[in-house]
Amino acid sequence: MSTTEKEILHAGGGGGHHEHHELPFLRKYIFSTDHKTIAKQFMFVSLFFLVVGGALASLMRWQLGFPGQPMPGGGILPDAMMAPTPDGAIMLPEFYNSLVTMHGTIMIFFAIMPLLVGVFGNLLIPLQIGAEDMAFPRLNMASFWLAVPAGILMLASFGVEGGAAGAGWTSYAPLSSSGEWTGVYLGQQLWLASLAVLGFSSLAGAVNYISTVINMRAPGMTWFRIPLATWALFITAILILLAMPILAGALIMLLFDQTIGTAFFRPQYGGEPLLWQHLFWFFGHPEVYILILPAMGITSEVLSNRARKPIFGYHSMVLAIIGIAFLGWIVWGHHMFMSGMNPLLGTSFMISTMAIAVPSAIKVFNWLATLWKADIHFDSPMLHALSFVSMFIIGGLSGIFMASTPVDMYIHDTYFIVAHIHYVLFGGSLFAIFAGITFWFPKMFGRMMNEPLNKVHWALTFVFYNLVFFPMHNLGVQGMMRRIYDFTQYDYLQPLQPMNRFITISAFLLVASQSLFVISFFWSIFKGRKATDNPWDSNTLEWTVPSPPPHGNFAEIPVVYRGPYEYSSPESDRDFLPQTEPPRGMPASAPAPAT
Amino acid sequence: MTTLAATAGRSPMAGMKVYNLKLGMWVFLLSEVMFFTGLIGSYIILRFAHPDHFAEPGVVLNVPLTAFNTFVLICSSVTMVKAFAAIEQGDQKGLKRWLLATIILGTFFVGVQVVEYTVLSHEGFVPMADAYHAIGRGNPETGPAIGGPLYGATFYTMTGFHGTHVTIGVLCLWFTLWRATKGAYTANSYGGVEIMGLYWHFVDLVWIILFTIVYLI
Repeated sequence: MSTTEKEILHAGGGGGHHEHHELPFLRKYIFSTDHKTIAKQFMFVSLFFLVVGGALASLMRWQLGFPGQPMPGGGILPDAMMAPTPDGAIMLPEFYNSLVTMHGTIMIFFAIMPLLVGVFGNLLIPLQIGAEDMAFPRLNMASFWLAVPAGILMLASFGVEGGAAGAGWTSYAPLSSSGEWTGVYLGQQLWLASLAVLGFSSLAGAVNYISTVINMRAPGMTWFRIPLATWALFITAILILLAMPILAGALIMLLFDQTIGTAFFRPQYGGEPLLWQHLFWFFGHPEVYILILPAMGITSEVLSNRARKPIFGYHSMVLAIIGIAFLGWIVWGHHMFMSGMNPLLGTSFMISTMAIAVPSAIKVFNWLATLWKADIHFDSPMLHALSFVSMFIIGGLSGIFMASTPVDMYIHDTYFIVAHIHYVLFGGSLFAIFAGITFWFPKMFGRMMNEPLNKVHWALTFVFYNLVFFPMHNLGVQGMMRRIYDFTQYDYLQPLQPMNRFITISAFLLVASQSLFVISFFWSIFKGRKATDNPWDSNTLEWTVPSPPPHGNFAEIPVVYRGPYEYSSPESDRDFLPQTEPPRGMPASAPAPAT
Repeated sequence: MTTLAATAGRSPMAGMKVYNLKLGMWVFLLSEVMFFTGLIGSYIILRFAHPDHFAEPGVVLNVPLTAFNTFVLICSSVTMVKAFAAIEQGDQKGLKRWLLATIILGTFFVGVQVVEYTVLSHEGFVPMADAYHAIGRGNPETGPAIGGPLYGATFYTMTGFHGTHVTIGVLCLWFTLWRATKGAYTANSYGGVEIMGLYWHFVDLVWIILFTIVYLI
């Protein structure tokens, strides 16, 4: 293991004696230990999964918008998924179950999570704290190369007998613990195995991020000079570190139930299906914050920079992240109000859940205060970041609805929850991901993105996104249940068909608008304007190095003198003040102030 | 390679004065704590919910044999400390000797566990719900099953994952020993031995908890 240590010394060693020999192709691009290359690898793979997840959602929307009608082009899918009729292929309910399950699983574990943690964690943490690489570069590489087989296992499950897992992304037992209920045997086992492997990948990443932030900060980079994106990723890594093993244990027990026939979650042998729910949500609720905290961090960076103002309440921002992460451990029961629970316990979960509104609101008001009387630059990263804030407010408020037990009893497992989760995961996390990609693209690839195309992409996404998901609140309140294959089987839901058709058409347009981003992304990689070191006039350390940064990042380990958000400071003639700029009258070579 | 000396050179960093490998191992062990917490917590919940699935201590499980095995594992922690103490003094021979002793004790522990599993499964104590029919220790005749399938499932899962950890530990000890024979560790650079020790003591500690709640209570 100590070879890893050798690797660091080799990669960095400080004081500018880098030997820049060319690495062979495989080591440079495939089995690279450079955190920036790994970030790019994660980006390409998880953007691919984002497309897959979107395609699965489109298939679902066809069935909901046009229930029981032949799907155009559906004939190319195998008979196990679509029933061929003279008019065309009609989706089978079993396949719809797989689509629900795999859309959720792929988007959460293979798209949003690696985009936030794998991409931005890898890219930003070493650069923002002034380190030459991660603490364990080889472990970092292992983290990516464990995620790849996990993704292959997950995708492969579509092709096996019985189809892909169909018990929902939450895979509640006993539906998931035995194939006799869903007709899915191997697919469910592949699902479990894939997530277990991915858990190891996430753990490897988390150990790395935590060690790096604690141990590898540049001189002068005190805890309260760390940029908020890195703070958020650090706290997220702690959540991953502590939550993932719980999921791993639960997955393994469920896998044993499925394969060798143990009885952990099988009630006919005395097992406890509720135990699965407790274990799953004890992991699952911290997971929710794993998916939103880095998005908050990215938003804070972009918002402060594009508003040319210090972030309002930096310390309270940090404490709010820590507060949300802590509260996230004692609220899992709010997913189980309808599962059978002592009402007193339900009340305590309700109160702890509502307490999360406090740190969340602190963050939102701080963002708004940051914008107050600011010199706002409405370019694409900023537009996405502003969308994050506004959509997160809606998603956060609908969260309060469901936290109240009496309200939740009415809207539980309806489209209201579908609307809510998409307001925080798409409206929240994904807009922040777009903000992050458009903001750090120049640093990653050395070229600016196509701004007009990005702006059109943002506008269309924002409009169609709201047209898709806002009406879902309405569907939920009117009683349409989530995960339902054909809601028209109930008379009282039939009037909802026009609204469902409207949502489906909007969803297709939403998916189609993403092609603009794909075009902009690849066009900019090859044809974009060359980026300067600091195109956004930013203060943080990643902008002091060339775009893209060389192997080892910093020619000399930087010295940090100030916080990350000193924009429009009277101390400087420019409207920004980099963290490496010494205070007036102090020569740049002077040692860092005591930490 | 030269962990301590090398990270000392990194002291201008604002972080703690713990070298990366050691910090990383502590962080990793935190996640291991959560893993076993999940398993042990599930065991406690299942046992409280279904006391009829479990048996009194010593009826199904062989407590004296496992008590001896526990003693062996604790001894292996002592030999691991001796290995660490040896290399702190720069004693290469002592390092190799005590690492080898730890490997032998660790292997012995896993071996006893394999024997235990074999005997128990012959007595009908298996994790499979359909096949579970534990007749109890030293009971020559087949009688009504003692306990229920949750007993077998939790027992094999918890002790099995612990055994896996010991096995992985033994493999890592072989690796450490191999590196020690190549002179990789010195009195100034023993990070690899230290983190090996951290892991080994953690696995030992988990076993003491498991032994208590699975065998003795």
